[in-house]
Amino acid sequence: MPDTGIGASVRRKEDQRFLTGKGRYTDDLNRPGQVHAVFVRSPHAHASVASVNTAAAAAAPGVIAVFTGQDMEADSVGSLPCGWTVTDKHGEPHKAPGHFPLVRDKVRYVGDHVAVVLAETAIEAKDAAELVEVDYQTLPANVDPVQAMDGPLLHDDAPSNLCYDWELGDQAAVDEAMSRAAHVTKLDLINNRLIPNAIEPRAAIAEYDTGTESYTLYSTSQNPHLLRLILCAFVLGIPESKLRVIAPDVGGGFGSKIYCYAEETVCTWAAKKTGRPVKWTGERSESFLADAHGRDHVTHVELGLDAEGKFVAMKVDTTANLGAYLSNFATCVPTYLYATLLAGQYTTPVIYCNVKAVFTNTAPVDAYRGAGRPEATYVIERVVEAAARETGIDPAELRKRNFVPPDAFPYATPVALTYDSGQYALAMDKALELIDYGSFPARREASKAKGRLRGIGFSAYIEACGIAPSAVVGSLGAGVGLYESGQVRFNPTGTISVFTGSHSHGQGHETTFSQLVSDTLGVPIENVEIVHGDTGSIPFGMGTYGSRSLAVGGSAISKACDKIIEKGKKIAAHLMEASVDDIEFEAGTFRVAGTDKEKGIGEIAFAAYVPHNYPEDLEPGLDETSFYDPLNFTYPAGTHVCEVEIDPDTGVIEIADWAAVDDFGKVINPMIVEGQVHGGIAQGVGQAMLENCVYDADGQLLTGSYMDYCMPRAGDLPNFKVETTETPCPHNPLGVKGCGEAGAIAAPAALMNAVTDALGTEDIAMPASPEKVWRIANAAG
Amino acid sequence: MYEFNYQRPGSVDEAASALGSADDGKIVAGGMTLIPTLKQRLAQPSDLIDLAAIDGLKGISEDGGAVVVGAMTTHAEVASNATVQSKIPALASLADGIGDVQVRNRGTIGGSIANNDPAADYPAALVGLGATVRTSKREIAADDFFTGMFETALVEDEIVTAVAFPVPDKAAYAKFPNPASRYAIVGVFVAQGGGGVRVAVTGAGPSVFRSSDMESALASDFSAGAIEGVSVSADGLNSDIHASAEYRAHIVGVMARRAVAAAG
Repeated sequence: MPDTGIGASVRRKEDQRFLTGKGRYTDDLNRPGQVHAVFVRSPHAHASVASVNTAAAAAAPGVIAVFTGQDMEADSVGSLPCGWTVTDKHGEPHKAPGHFPLVRDKVRYVGDHVAVVLAETAIEAKDAAELVEVDYQTLPANVDPVQAMDGPLLHDDAPSNLCYDWELGDQAAVDEAMSRAAHVTKLDLINNRLIPNAIEPRAAIAEYDTGTESYTLYSTSQNPHLLRLILCAFVLGIPESKLRVIAPDVGGGFGSKIYCYAEETVCTWAAKKTGRPVKWTGERSESFLADAHGRDHVTHVELGLDAEGKFVAMKVDTTANLGAYLSNFATCVPTYLYATLLAGQYTTPVIYCNVKAVFTNTAPVDAYRGAGRPEATYVIERVVEAAARETGIDPAELRKRNFVPPDAFPYATPVALTYDSGQYALAMDKALELIDYGSFPARREASKAKGRLRGIGFSAYIEACGIAPSAVVGSLGAGVGLYESGQVRFNPTGTISVFTGSHSHGQGHETTFSQLVSDTLGVPIENVEIVHGDTGSIPFGMGTYGSRSLAVGGSAISKACDKIIEKGKKIAAHLMEASVDDIEFEAGTFRVAGTDKEKGIGEIAFAAYVPHNYPEDLEPGLDETSFYDPLNFTYPAGTHVCEVEIDPDTGVIEIADWAAVDDFGKVINPMIVEGQVHGGIAQGVGQAMLENCVYDADGQLLTGSYMDYCMPRAGDLPNFKVETTETPCPHNPLGVKGCGEAGAIAAPAALMNAVTDALGTEDIAMPASPEKVWRIANAAG
Repeated sequence: MYEFNYQRPGSVDEAASALGSADDGKIVAGGMTLIPTLKQRLAQPSDLIDLAAIDGLKGISEDGGAVVVGAMTTHAEVASNATVQSKIPALASLADGIGDVQVRNRGTIGGSIANNDPAADYPAALVGLGATVRTSKREIAADDFFTGMFETALVEDEIVTAVAFPVPDKAAYAKFPNPASRYAIVGVFVAQGGGGVRVAVTGAGPSVFRSSDMESALASDFSAGAIEGVSVSADGLNSDIHASAEYRAHIVGVMARRAVAAAG
């Protein structure tokens, strides 16, 4: 194995520019003549907008224009669409109320977009925004998702604030199995609402060229083609050929930069309207208020077990808070990305899930790192742990009794998925060894002697990644296909430009994809350049989310490399006067089998571009594109074990140890994978212990800054013990499964299982704050 | 932020006179609270009077048995200063626990106490050590300086110039930080010295306060055990999404015991 090939921990190529301050983010860009946009946002959670008087703002120094929802309506600007139709239990499509970039008659959450002010400078725009007079008639706010159906109505076309009442699975079979269960464990769970907090706030600059009648939009997007598609086809009515979307370096997304938001829409529309480039850079406060939030489920779960501890049925009832409007993929997160994962790693034969998705006067909620799968894992792994405690069966043993065995794959679950491959007990055993499970009782005693409470918790998670087979998601209501594109272009002198539809916003694609191409084509890694994020240069692609970049995007690149090799063989055969069938390719060299005749791939590329001596029936050039549509999801899985020590005097939790054994299939760059696991666990720990989005009863955001919204810090985390097992994905060319979300999916349940073990109660909701823990520790003691 | 006039006087007198003559002047020391407030447009002062150019306000010296810290001395300087470390290590350690590295390199003792954030650390040290605040007009005992939430005894054109800390026999500060902001949910400064025992609590109430019950218990027996049963009433304590008044009252006891144990 070369030290830069598949399996090598190559240092990230992109870090040279990031660590030397040469990254180029959207806000670093400025266009000649640009104006700055500042949005007038609603201070109320729910109010009718009787009138918006923009006269004083329009007359303020430096102001170019002030626009309201009426101006956009007059230009027939559409509603921001939801791209996934969920069909409810009565066969009706979900309720899809209008979501206009600037409100028309009503505001529905604090931060909602009422007007935009464009001025020569951002300060002038901000000053003028304060002069916009909005006549709000405030209405009672509807904030609590559990009460939402009985609360004030947000949208006339969504009665009872219900987006859908959806179900999956055979309820009668579940009820029947549950009635025969030897034991039923019941649990009420809250999956707390999170605010994404990418390090780079969202930003956009749009410009319109009257010469070519075309737009260019620079934006912090995880998927520039998808943003282009939504803006053109659904909102602004622009031909796709007339809008170029560029997502340059992007500082983290975690899902929040998948979506098409009001701000980039308004910038694009206003660029033509004013004839000036329009720039908007979100302030952190705006990110807190109006970027799509994550999670926010309230769930009741019941797990039935037989006398031997085998799971016989599971029943889940969830209320999902979608916020005030439907963000682009809000509907699929608590349904197809959630309920379909409820089998977990187990052979539970029947499962039923009911999800009621409701509107509330809060920011829209959409996919956030893991998207539905952390929620599912939390439900399964918390109830399994509780069942182990209630039945007295060791929690590791109970899981092993119920794991899908390695010889059962492909394994069809009762909730519509077919798992491709896995070795669940292998990962569990490795995790038990890493955490030294056998001596946990001694550690617990040692903690007790210090007056501390020690607990251990497991999370044997599974996720459906490599999103996604287009036909499958299409049948489930997706409005798009979820293939990926890859183009591998040899340049005449032997270097390679790779164009990918995947988008790197921290994942390290420039390194991982380079390793893949370098290894496959036998060229030095420094000769490979990865190009992404510009609809003007890459083939149509779907972007990065759902741990899909390597499994889907990497597979597309791999297939394009195969085409390069196939064409290269024809050129090599011609040059070496041999039959194509006799040409072998290995490590960058084409050989005539059984001879010492050979040509390097660089020579072949040169011949392809300078085809003086070249096959007659072959096109010049060495530039191949592939689109890869996966045959199935991939199913990364593993076991995380967390150990905590609690100070009962204060309620402070210290994470004493963490073992993570993940199976991501084949690993291209172990260092990058480990980094993804570390970051994911940190995010999951954040959710379980620190992060919490809190609105008050009036719908005011109480956690609108880092003074109150607590992000995890290095000091909150232990040194993780991270290992992998390798069960290759059988249906993609690389055998890879995806690693970006695993940590965030696994971690909350592992931590909360450890905390509840230490406290001796299941009744504590995330985040396990010091006061909550102290109250329980004291009530128990 | 809104527009303001920026002034950078060279002396305390100039600064005081600029403050007195401005419509709505604000002193900027480290700016750790003021600048974010301005950026969020929550304040609109007519003038910002920056003390950064006044050399006499910086530095740490000994004066008649007290450690005197200039108002413009940063938290990082207090934390790393050899005199503070040897005479009042509890003060050095408190300064080392304020905010983060960036805050400690910018934030100043004068700015912190003049702002009197109820969750700031320094008020506990000043009251706990029985310090004296020196201003452009007079000297004010710490007990009289902090008058309420974000309120002090400073008058309109009065500027803090230094804080004089008596050197205690023993002292320690125990802080229970807000996990998000790292401000004190509760911070307790305990000291024993010439003036007897002092127990000063920050974070828990609207402003720093002393626990006389704890002080008298510790006066006869300076040990954590002596205050085991001494409770603090939750009445009037702060309550927010991070900690209820009841929890804060409990944590005051825990931090007080830890501080006493650490003071030795």
